Amino acid sequence: MLDGVDLAVAPGEFVALVGANGSGKSTLLRALLGLLRPDSGTVSLFGGPPSALRDRSRLGYVPQHPAAAGAFAATVEEVVATGLLARGWKRRSPGNSSAKARRAEIDHALESTAVADLRHRRISELSGGQQQRAWIAKALVHRPELLLLDEPVAGVDSGSQELFRDALVHLQSEHGAAVLLVSHELGAVADDLDRVCILRSGRMVFDGKPDELAATGVHLGVHRTDLPLWLERDRPPR
Amino acid sequence: MNLPLPWPFEREYMQLALVAGVIVGASAPLIGTFLAQRRMALLGDGLGHVAFAGVAAGLLLGVAPVWTAMAAAAGAALTLDVLRTRARASGELALAVIFYTGIAAGVVITSRAGEFDASVLSYLFGSVLTVAPGDVVVVAALGLGVVAIVGALSRTLFAIVLDEEAARVAGLPVAAANRLLAVLTAVTVVAAMRVVGLLLVAALMALPVGAAQVLAKSFRASLAVAAGIGVGSVIIGLGIARAADLAPGGTIVLVAAATFALASMFSGRRRRPARP
Repeated sequence: MLDGVDLAVAPGEFVALVGANGSGKSTLLRALLGLLRPDSGTVSLFGGPPSALRDRSRLGYVPQHPAAAGAFAATVEEVVATGLLARGWKRRSPGNSSAKARRAEIDHALESTAVADLRHRRISELSGGQQQRAWIAKALVHRPELLLLDEPVAGVDSGSQELFRDALVHLQSEHGAAVLLVSHELGAVADDLDRVCILRSGRMVFDGKPDELAATGVHLGVHRTDLPLWLERDRPPR
Repeated sequence: MNLPLPWPFEREYMQLALVAGVIVGASAPLIGTFLAQRRMALLGDGLGHVAFAGVAAGLLLGVAPVWTAMAAAAGAALTLDVLRTRARASGELALAVIFYTGIAAGVVITSRAGEFDASVLSYLFGSVLTVAPGDVVVVAALGLGVVAIVGALSRTLFAIVLDEEAARVAGLPVAAANRLLAVLTAVTVVAAMRVVGLLLVAALMALPVGAAQVLAKSFRASLAVAAGIGVGSVIIGLGIARAADLAPGGTIVLVAAATFALASMFSGRRRRPARP
């Protein structure tokens, strides 16, 4: 349940939406993606309702628990290539949908997420961090203007978080893409954020620059000694 | 049709069985690969139960059972897809309701028709050695249709079974593809019922796929390996069945099961770390 939430993401902006489990952040993300229809209020994606967005290649999405678990036989390269099936990509990239151009886009995505050397490995055999980078490569292979990530660093080691951060910074600097990251922790990307939004019980209790958070954090139930930040309930023991 | 093939396929009835079996052996694992990723490997088994009601209705009405079985299986597959997507019932419960209703209807209709005899048993357990040229034409049309559609749409189907939600966000036709996959499963069940029988039809959708999943390193390769194991199981199974005078449907499935066991052992040995 969301109540009175007002959130806008500008082109090229890097925004984190933070909240504890059940705070409504995944619900908000699903509404943005058009997977849920709000009972009231307005969701606008590139100037129109999410369901009216014809060119879906303008969006990149990394789900919280992508499905390629178990013994599914699929290589990293095959998974990343499915990103090029996004509706509108061929039209947006005229003359760029030849096999050679497809290969170049896949290579670029694999390299920018540091999984190029894993391209022929089965995705189910990779570590959690490697899998996460492969899914991000899939989400950005069609060069989206807005990348949405649901808990992308949950359970990922610090080395993989650094590689994940490098991939996002690369995406922003090279393509000027906006990023909305939904998470209960910020990890390695904390210093690169333009804005942090905090949801609690379906309400937006903070929306501002990361630097502004220190002054208000205690009142909002959020502690920040230094980013990465944790919600009160997730704060590690002293 | 009598081609100059060596034993055990030198007789016409074996050649008809070979053609029908090879087409089913190739098409069933292709569909099974997508079902396995959905954790719906037993969908073919359930649709086989429902197709039994269709066969019984065909026998009662004097209509070719293949078409009534097709209507029953396709209707059940589409109903299941609606229940799954609209979450009116849990997946397992929906499967149970539809499948057991199907087989109960089959038993009742068969008893009403007074035809629970060899003609029914041939659909339940398969009778590939008695297929007529007309049957082979029907099996070939259905099976090759499945292969052609899966071949044309394999990338899209792969993206959807990989992650349905992400596919929906990417604007892929998820609902239409799911219904198509459901109907293709029903078509495959009907094509395979004369080869291995309705009770064993899911085996050709699951066992070659299981073996391919442990042997293949990519999705594209897993499709080819699964189809290859399906075809190989049919050829070897028919040969053993003729040599030892065994039921061909069961023999084909046992060969596929043995292949799965060997593949699992091979895979386990390959992945076991070497002793220092």
